[in-house]
Amino acid sequence: MIKAYFEILRPGINSTLQDEGRAHQNHIGVPFSGAMDNRNYLISNYLVGNKSNSASLEFAYQGPLLKLKLGKVSAAITGNVTFNIIRNNLTVEEGVCYQTFNLNPDDQIDIISTNKSVYGYFSVQKGLKGDYYWKSCSVNTKAKIGSNEGEKFSINQKIYLNQSESEFNSKKIDYSNLKIEFIRVLKGTNFNFFSEKAKKTFFSNEFTVSKLTDRMGMRLEGSSIENIVDTNIRSEGLIKGVIQVPADGMPIIMLSDHGTIGGYPKISVVISADYDKLVQLTPGTKIKFKLIELSEAETLFKIYNMETENILNQIN
Amino acid sequence: MIKNIINLGDAALYCDFGAEVNKEINSKIINYFKNLKKNKIFGVTNITPSYNKLIISFDLTKINYEKLKDKIINIELDDLAKETKKIVKVPVCVDDEFSFDLNRLSEKLNLGLEKILESFFNKEYFCYMTGFIAGMPFLGDIDRKIRLKRLETPRVKVPKGSIGITEQFCNIYTYESPGGWNIIGNTPIKVFDKLNENNPATINPGDNVRFYKINKSEYLNWND
Repeated sequence: MIKAYFEILRPGINSTLQDEGRAHQNHIGVPFSGAMDNRNYLISNYLVGNKSNSASLEFAYQGPLLKLKLGKVSAAITGNVTFNIIRNNLTVEEGVCYQTFNLNPDDQIDIISTNKSVYGYFSVQKGLKGDYYWKSCSVNTKAKIGSNEGEKFSINQKIYLNQSESEFNSKKIDYSNLKIEFIRVLKGTNFNFFSEKAKKTFFSNEFTVSKLTDRMGMRLEGSSIENIVDTNIRSEGLIKGVIQVPADGMPIIMLSDHGTIGGYPKISVVISADYDKLVQLTPGTKIKFKLIELSEAETLFKIYNMETENILNQIN
Repeated sequence: MIKNIINLGDAALYCDFGAEVNKEINSKIINYFKNLKKNKIFGVTNITPSYNKLIISFDLTKINYEKLKDKIINIELDDLAKETKKIVKVPVCVDDEFSFDLNRLSEKLNLGLEKILESFFNKEYFCYMTGFIAGMPFLGDIDRKIRLKRLETPRVKVPKGSIGITEQFCNIYTYESPGGWNIIGNTPIKVFDKLNENNPATINPGDNVRFYKINKSEYLNWND
């Protein structure tokens, strides 16, 4: 019987369990979900020795304050995160991302905030205990699917560990999150719904990430994108990264928890290699889009994927 | 057959079956969907059928656009569309407290409440697709005389179980959700059950649906 758990003394703004996501259910309206920033999710797991699809705690902006009960475990935090470890004798240690730390019974982990970024990941050896729906414990708050009845964590809840006691280990990696100059995109399937002037505007003007941004989508503010054909299309399937432009002309980028179908014209789609960087952009950030070709996007993804593998291999 | 395949981003195929929306074209899409599901092509992560499109997304570490497109073009199709088709009966209560838009529909369509309901309940509907929110079925086609656009300002919250109509379609809100369809009633049945992993949606693409009227006390005492 597993007895070790984290008691949630402060839940944070948007703390959920996430893994690599939930495939094969789009046709019934269940989105892929999963960790928003997949690379940081993977690094945090590899640091503590988890290789496949473990449940990690994803937090946004202000993270949780957690107290470990009845267990000892190796843990790691990734992202650009300020946090403290409050030992059971109340000494406070400043936390360092991208290296493991050990937690003993009644130690607390105080995840204060992500810096100039949105998401961070907290992983423990052997993983947190998730509730599985279609082979994934990822929380989708809209459909109430995944761990914790598909809800964000709240105060006084418990997050159980898969293993109560683990061997302490010590691993670290030098990693800094990449800065992004452009969000690179491919032409969307309704590219020609937009006027030449609108296309020019879209690729030369800056857009600002608005406050109306969450795991479902990122709304942008900027010059209105003029549609010369139709501001609605027949509802059809969506994927993450699709940039839709509704009647008001303000682009919306679909993110991991997006509705599975939608009826707004698609001007562009963010390339897979830039997705992790895109999701980390905070409200107020100015971004610019750059149009590239499919072959280039595939090459950029190969490079992105190779980099990720190199980083993970360095941990072993 | 698929009229055209293009890429949607770098990790999805966009299969276009033409501009028209009807049962015949949609049935072909559902047949593709069922065949693709059965074939379990390596690297495919989601297959999303809709009225006249099929989106196939994939894991770019496992396969790419050209290779998957080639497989899709050369796939051998079995006729699977009819095999699992069923008729689902859905009870609906149209009491005032559930049918927010019935009076407005009556005014705009210049048609009596009873006529609208009679027309709605008199027809069997075809499920074109499910989605947007988990398990929400998009059904059609409703009779021409009861077709109306969406609300100009969508509701922030449409209650779970609501039955909505707009244009040639009707749907069921499986969760409380924002929405702009004209609400004419509410069903007490569970249309989506996440605990039933093999068959979570009561209504699936290709199924037929028949709505029937129940009264308030039947609604309140409903037991799935």
